[in-house]
Amino acid sequence: MSKNKYAVNERGYYGRFGGAYIPELLRANVDELRENYLKIINSEQFQKDYKRLLDNYVGRPTPLTKVGNLSKRYGTNIYLKREDLTHTGAHKINNTVGQILIAKYMGKTRIIAETGAGQHGVATATVCALFGLECVVYMGALDIERQAPNVARMKMLGAKVVPAISGNQTLKDATNEAIRDWIANPNSFYLIGSVVGPHPYPDMVTRLQSVISEEIREQLTKETGNPNPDYVIACVGGGSNAAGAFYHYLDEEDVKLVAVEASGLGVSSGETAATITIGDIGFIHGSKTMLMHDEDGQITEPYSISAGLDYPGVGPLHAHLAETGRAQFLSVTDREALDAAMVLARSEGIIPALESAHALAALEQMTFDKDDVIVVNLSGRGDKDMETYIKNI
Amino acid sequence: MNRIDQLFQNKGKDILSIYFPAGYPNLNDTVPNLQFLQDKGVDLVEIGIPFSDPLADGPVIQIAAKQSLDQGMSLKLLFQQLKEVRSTITMPLILMGYWNVVFKYGVDAFLLDCQSCGIDGVILPDLPLEEYEEEFKTKFEAHGVYNILLVTPQTTNQRMAKIEKAAKGFLYMVSSSATTGGALEQSTEREDYFKKVASLEIPSLIGFGIHDKASFQHASSFSNGAIIGTAFIKALTSGTASEFVDSLL
Repeated sequence: MSKNKYAVNERGYYGRFGGAYIPELLRANVDELRENYLKIINSEQFQKDYKRLLDNYVGRPTPLTKVGNLSKRYGTNIYLKREDLTHTGAHKINNTVGQILIAKYMGKTRIIAETGAGQHGVATATVCALFGLECVVYMGALDIERQAPNVARMKMLGAKVVPAISGNQTLKDATNEAIRDWIANPNSFYLIGSVVGPHPYPDMVTRLQSVISEEIREQLTKETGNPNPDYVIACVGGGSNAAGAFYHYLDEEDVKLVAVEASGLGVSSGETAATITIGDIGFIHGSKTMLMHDEDGQITEPYSISAGLDYPGVGPLHAHLAETGRAQFLSVTDREALDAAMVLARSEGIIPALESAHALAALEQMTFDKDDVIVVNLSGRGDKDMETYIKNI
Repeated sequence: MNRIDQLFQNKGKDILSIYFPAGYPNLNDTVPNLQFLQDKGVDLVEIGIPFSDPLADGPVIQIAAKQSLDQGMSLKLLFQQLKEVRSTITMPLILMGYWNVVFKYGVDAFLLDCQSCGIDGVILPDLPLEEYEEEFKTKFEAHGVYNILLVTPQTTNQRMAKIEKAAKGFLYMVSSSATTGGALEQSTEREDYFKKVASLEIPSLIGFGIHDKASFQHASSFSNGAIIGTAFIKALTSGTASEFVDSLL
């Protein structure tokens, strides 16, 4: 299938977004990856190894569950893509399994990663343990305090968790620290967790997550006779689960793509992570994209109750999808996400991750026909969020 | 003639360049710092534009930049501070900052203000050479602002040739694979890299890890001089800037 219209170009741009805005200090590292990633991903060996890991380690394919009670509630046909049922509990593992193979083929023995809430850190520590590679995870000092269980998981898996003490000590600072480590250790592999960063990261991570929409197509065909739903809905922080859920539908213009940002306490509250809604063009972590920054170009600290959506930028693919109108961007507050999580728990017996609850909450803002087919990407499970749920529900 | 070219023409050896962030240690110290450095006999100064996310910088510069921002520093304020700088300062001046801040300010407005304040060059580490050449080079040249380019030990020969062709003023030769403020190890491999860059037509200054007279002299023996940032900021912080600069000269 052709992805021409929304595909990345040779220089790493989606429309006017993307590129590789990196210091010369990183140029050789990024070039090495750029020259190798497609060759590796397209090789028979990689495809075989990747498939085997996805099937037998990650637990793919994940089910596509038709949720009857929720469908009734909204008067339509709702399916959940169950990324919450993967090993480690979220879609993040699709990417880390793929990148660890790429790292291995490139002969790398030391892995660097950043993490916010710790989900990507855990998924990285997991595959490093599996492959016996050294793993260093940078995490904001504040996040280390807030996410103790994931810190413990990473340590149990053998990773070294390094606190990022610069800036506001959250995800963007952890990412800065990981990149600085990579500058100092060009032989290490930087395993980024989302569709952000300099080219080729957004494209590489999108490809590794595209298994989500590949499976949706097969499963929907079996279920309804048509690979295409009317809507695909996914939450967006950096945007990796949405990129994966959208990928095989990008050129299928009859499929409406809905991306849901976290508006925190509200888009105008100053406490938000709704980058597309309130941001403008800027540069973060090597990418030209939409960004929340002040009038002096200083990057703003985002806020959302969901640590996985708490990023001041967004992947360049999503900036492009927003600008071209290919995807509709909605935003959902903390409260709406908490309520949606409760609805799913009580009506279907599934406790979603707070991130995924944002995608579910978008259902409240939309209207559907009774024959519509809606796929919501349930990107992760809610175990990690129990403390927040208990406090707020 | 651009003051940078003039400097390299008049003094080919042991050029001492100092870096400090604007508005550090106190908000209004930018111009007094410049005056002090000129009086001491420093050849060239790079003024850092503080940024919330300085990817290429180590902890000392990060902390200084954050303090400067917290004190209210901004690019707009920096240009206000530098408005009359050429009435007293004659050494070449370079602004060093990250692309997001410049882009947000507006590239045209930025270049216009650089020109009117008498800024001779800029170092924008995360503006890629390709994007610079395609979109911005003509504008920079129209305002007489040099875009100073970096090379590193990992820069391939092919890329080095491309950079040399595009470079103006001098090459910023990064000493090692590290962010600013690391240690400078001496090795044959490193010296071979220094010699390779020094053999190019364009002059070069070595930066990253230069922190005292010995490392300054060592670096200068392979190039036209060297850049000191982190060590000078430490001296500014501890109130020993005068003694520190004296010790270098």
